[in-house]
Amino acid sequence: MDAYRALLRLYPASFRAEYGDEMRAVFAQRRREAGGGLAAARLWLEAAGDVALNALRVHADLLGQDLRYTARTLRRAPGFAATAVTVAALGIAATTATFSITDHVLIRPLPFAEPDRLCALWQDQSPGGYSRNEVSPANYRDWKAMSGSFDAMAAYRRLSMSLVGGGDPEQLEAVSATAELFPILGRSPLLGRWFAEADAREGAPGTALLSHHLWTARFASDPGVIGRSLLLNGEPHTVIGVMPADFRFPSRETEVWTALRFAEGDFQDRTDTYIYVVARRKAGLSAGAAQAEMRVVAAQLERAHPDENAKVTATVVSLRDQISSQARLLLKALFGAALCVLLIACTNLAGLLIARGAFRRSELAVRTALGAGRERLVRQLMTESLVLAAAGGALGVALAGAVVPLVTRLVPNALPIAAVPPLDLRVLGFAALVTIVTGLTFGVVPALRASRTDAAEGLRDGVRAGTPSERLRALLVTAEVTASVVLLVGAGLLIRALWNVQHVDPGLRTEGVLTLRTTLPLPKYDGVQARHDFYTRVVDEVRALPGVTQAAYITGLPMVMRGGIWSVDVPGQPSEPGRGHPVSLRFVTPGLFDALGIPLRAGRDVRLSDTNDEAFVAVVSASLVERHWPGQEAVGRTFTVAGRARTVVGVVGDVRVRGLERASEPQVYLPHQQVADASMQFYSPRELVVRSSGDPAALAPAVRRIVTRVDPQQPVSNVQTLAEVVASDTAPRSVQVRVLAGFAALALLLAGIGIHGLLAFTVSHRQLEFGVRVALGARPADILRLVLGQGVALAAMGVAAGLGLAWGMGRGLQALLAGVSPRDPLVFGAAAALALLMTAAGSVWPAVRAARVDPRAIMRAE
Amino acid sequence: MAEPRDDASAFLPLPLATFHILLALADEDRHGYGIILEVQARTGGALRLSAGTLYRSIQRMMEDGLIVEVHERPAPEHDDERRRYYRLTALGTRVARAEVRRLAELVKLARAAGFAPGRA
Repeated sequence: MDAYRALLRLYPASFRAEYGDEMRAVFAQRRREAGGGLAAARLWLEAAGDVALNALRVHADLLGQDLRYTARTLRRAPGFAATAVTVAALGIAATTATFSITDHVLIRPLPFAEPDRLCALWQDQSPGGYSRNEVSPANYRDWKAMSGSFDAMAAYRRLSMSLVGGGDPEQLEAVSATAELFPILGRSPLLGRWFAEADAREGAPGTALLSHHLWTARFASDPGVIGRSLLLNGEPHTVIGVMPADFRFPSRETEVWTALRFAEGDFQDRTDTYIYVVARRKAGLSAGAAQAEMRVVAAQLERAHPDENAKVTATVVSLRDQISSQARLLLKALFGAALCVLLIACTNLAGLLIARGAFRRSELAVRTALGAGRERLVRQLMTESLVLAAAGGALGVALAGAVVPLVTRLVPNALPIAAVPPLDLRVLGFAALVTIVTGLTFGVVPALRASRTDAAEGLRDGVRAGTPSERLRALLVTAEVTASVVLLVGAGLLIRALWNVQHVDPGLRTEGVLTLRTTLPLPKYDGVQARHDFYTRVVDEVRALPGVTQAAYITGLPMVMRGGIWSVDVPGQPSEPGRGHPVSLRFVTPGLFDALGIPLRAGRDVRLSDTNDEAFVAVVSASLVERHWPGQEAVGRTFTVAGRARTVVGVVGDVRVRGLERASEPQVYLPHQQVADASMQFYSPRELVVRSSGDPAALAPAVRRIVTRVDPQQPVSNVQTLAEVVASDTAPRSVQVRVLAGFAALALLLAGIGIHGLLAFTVSHRQLEFGVRVALGARPADILRLVLGQGVALAAMGVAAGLGLAWGMGRGLQALLAGVSPRDPLVFGAAAALALLMTAAGSVWPAVRAARVDPRAIMRAE
Repeated sequence: MAEPRDDASAFLPLPLATFHILLALADEDRHGYGIILEVQARTGGALRLSAGTLYRSIQRMMEDGLIVEVHERPAPEHDDERRRYYRLTALGTRVARAEVRRLAELVKLARAAGFAPGRA
């Protein structure tokens, strides 16, 4: 019989209380009739099914009743319903939006087979300052042969290719990869086939795979593209396949994959590091074990090649973790902030419901008197808060869906994932979970409180007995103020950090400068003379355009091209093994310093006459002089770079090549003609820099026409102003600051609403008290002070707690603060002042209303 | 809580269990197990209401005002302390009649279409 009693627990308590005894009596009767053995077993089985099914139905009945009742009560209080739904929607939208981005970037498995086992391998040259350096072909070949931790290892290199065929010439991000890449990633082409070993043999006909995007945009999704011949960098390539839409490797910008070919000569120089390595770890082997083995392999190679591989080891990084710790921290901070907003929203909603519960005491008391048990009341009230939360959740998801595409700058380019996080079942599931938790969190305390109403007391006192709930609400409001102060401080610190970063001098004059890229395809432009002819014709014609004051070519733009590092040898200044004297190396045409606005400090610019037949020269930046010849004349000194001794002819200002937040290597600029044919092609100038007195963007069409005139097959890409180049360096930071500031503003607003709601409620309850005070001689100003004082006291408590929390939290943000102290007094002061101001603003109107109390009217009403 | 609806036709068509419970209470007040036995007897053993179905129906019928619980107990020798007795209300009677009319209409229609009960 106890078993049956336990079964009955499936029913709601109210139903059990009403019919439980009778059902047990009926069951007992049946048992007696059934006797024992098989018949008893069947009876039990039947009973279990019967109870389970009908309990579910009774629950559904109750839910239906509660929903109908909720719909009626909310219709009667549309203002309350709208406020509650909006507040819930804001909290859920903030959390869902940040979750979808955080999940997309940090958590969700990459779209490859068994992505946990995929890793990237780097040359670790930490003593030289590079913990993740590209790999030399020779080291890759040896790693592959000597290691046992991987099922397969593949190499690829990233390059830019011009595409001719099927439309205007176009410059594309491309990857040359070895045949193992696809089996490692576990993906197959949508159409056609992946490379075979034969495609990588020297002299084999060129083959290429297209990205889904390129296939749809340029070839109108024509399946007949397979087998077609395209010119990539001037060489014919046959299209052998099209990749699926969600295949992005190594990044979402990659449009073309070709077979990577190594010539024997590529394995000669182990310091020539330019390939990337990916591998699939053997099943069951830990990441640590693979890392340990690679360290051993690298140590053997260091012993075998003590010069070239000095201080070179290997590091194994999970493919998922290929993003900077700063990007990671940035997202975590945002997610934390969103949770803070959600918490404030919940607190605010709980406050609203408690106030409403107090107003509904008589209604609830009537229902209790009519026989509704406490469980039914709690259930009813919880249904109400869950309905509010669900409406808020639906609105919040819509809001999140609208907002997420606006903040895609938060998704780093370095990952093989889409730019916009998907709003899929996973995110919707999260939103649903947040909604339910929200509904329960803000609903449970008010429901328990309201249902505790003693029927008699509620009926007698009507609306007035609100004191304990006021205390609770005061606590909630204080918590809201606390959380918003924490958010304010966080946002404030990051705003100051952004301001600091944006005021770092890039070393350039950005206004009035247009930049665009013409990557000259090889082998067409293998020769120095061919390139020189192209540059000269383009630059001369561009200079003739109205408004243009200077135009020149450079290898790569600062902040866009951060690599291109070379080690220099300075006579009499040996470097430590494995460290070298790194510089950022660029080849330029005359006029580049004027065009970029880099000041010439001493000596001269490069000249057209600096050719292979003349003395080899270099222009260096001031920090190189500081490093090697501090306090001395640099012009006329000689050092070796790129295989030749060169004489310094000029000194220029330093540029933030690696971006505004990082230290950069000193810069060395070489005349583009002083290089051997078909060598150092990675450094061939491709960025055209045009300085003008007018709007630089307006020049773009004219410059494009000039390029097409000079070489009709030459694509133009990456057209942007120098100001945009510099701004995009801080873009993720400014997006983050904007989002965080938005969260802080939201939090502040919610806290203000909370304070206002609490005081308005208190004032309407204390009318009688205020009336008596006025009758006893208190002046309106005293009442005003009393109410305002209550608001300010709550705010002050919240502010104090918030400042304390922020004080402790700041250090976690330090890595994002760009030198701003995590305890910056200005930010703390401003946050406190803002929070106090906002809460004071929320208190004014209730205080004024209290001060206007007319004692006679109150007395009459009583 | 749903308010009792007075319009009898709003309850139609009645769930089978509800209809049988109304019929079982037509002649006298009964307790739950009594209803089960009565329904079983009337249908010649064809319908055996389970406890779960019975009491969920009773709860809904009470809320809808089709039946009420009665507090006068039968003669002590027939009474069982734990048992509660249910009685048809005027609304319950009207609803039962309305359902019978509805079913009769259906039978009339079926006859007109050539389906004559009893002569299959």
